[in-house]
Amino acid sequence: MIITVNEKTYCVDRSYTLYQLKNEYQPLADMLILNGRVTKQDCIIQEGDRIVMISKGESPSEDQMSSLLIHRHSSQIHNSLNKAVIGIAGLGGLGSHVAAALTRIGIGTLVLCDYDVVEPSNLNRQNYFIHQIGMKKTIATQDNLLQMHPYLKLITHDTYLNSANIGQIFKDVDIVVEALDLPFCKAELVNYILKHMHETKVVAASGLAGYDTSNTIMTRKVNERLFICGDGVSKVSQDCCLMAPRVGITANHQANMVLRLILGKQE
Amino acid sequence: MIVNGKDFNWKKDMTINTLLEELCLDLNTVVVEVNQVIIDKDKYAEFYLDKKDSVEIISFVGGG
Repeated sequence: MIITVNEKTYCVDRSYTLYQLKNEYQPLADMLILNGRVTKQDCIIQEGDRIVMISKGESPSEDQMSSLLIHRHSSQIHNSLNKAVIGIAGLGGLGSHVAAALTRIGIGTLVLCDYDVVEPSNLNRQNYFIHQIGMKKTIATQDNLLQMHPYLKLITHDTYLNSANIGQIFKDVDIVVEALDLPFCKAELVNYILKHMHETKVVAASGLAGYDTSNTIMTRKVNERLFICGDGVSKVSQDCCLMAPRVGITANHQANMVLRLILGKQE
Repeated sequence: MIVNGKDFNWKKDMTINTLLEELCLDLNTVVVEVNQVIIDKDKYAEFYLDKKDSVEIISFVGGG
C-alpha cells in the first residue's frame, strides 16, 4: 500500500494504524494531520493517505525540506532552482521581498548586498520586524530567510555597491536582481552588468511608488539579458511615497521573472 | 531614426548627449543601447547618431 508521510512516499503493510505509523516514523510528534485535517483519534491507514507529523518547534531535516519542495514543485523544477545562484542588489522594499519569495521556492544560493541598517520608517513596506530595528539589513534578512528555509546557502556583503565591486560581488551569480533605491545607482548597476558581465542577466525595477492601479506594473523584456519590472514612471516624490502593496507587486514580478529565466522561459 | 521603437526626428550632429537633453533625461539615470550595443556613459558626448540607428533608452526612476 502506498502512503505519503511528511511529503515522502512509502510502501507499507496494509494493517498499519495511524498511531503505529507515528511510533515508527516520528514517535515524538505532537500533532498528526491526516489528509489535511488534524486527527486526534487512531484509525486504520488507507491506500493513498497523506500523513503529516509535526513536532512543534522542531526544524525539518535538510532531506525533509527537499522532499517538501519536490512534492510541491516536481523534482525537475526543484533541481533547477536548487542549482541556481541569484544575486540581490539592495535589501529594501524590493530586495527583502524578492529574497523571501526566492527562498520559499527553494533557490539554492542567494548573494545579498546592502550597506544599510533597518530603520523604523522601513517597516511600512520592507520585510523586517520591530526587533530588527538598528540591525544590518544583511543580517536581518539572513535571519528571516533562514526561518523560511534553514538550508538556504547565503553569501552576504555589507557594502555599498558601485562599479568597482559589482563584478567581484556578483561574479558567480546567474541572475542579478536590481533592487536599489536611487535611479543613478540602478543605472550604474545595470550598465555595468550589461557591459562587463556577459553571462549574467539582470532583472531590474523602475516605477513602483504610490497607489496607482496595480495593473500598470508589468515585466518588460528589453533584450536577452535585461528585464524591467514596474510601471516605468511612478517615482518617489513629495506626494508619491513608497507603499507596501505596489512595492510588493513589483518585487514579486521580479521574483517571478527570475524563476521563469531559471526554468528556461525567455519572456 | 528609431528611439524606443518609435520614429524620431533625427538631426545632424546629434549625439547621445544631445538626444538625452532633448528628451529631458539625466545621463546618470539611463541605460542606452544603440543597435543593440550598450554604450558607456563616458562616450555619450562623442557618440554621433546616424539616421539609420535604432536607439533604446531605459530611464530609471527612484524607489526600491
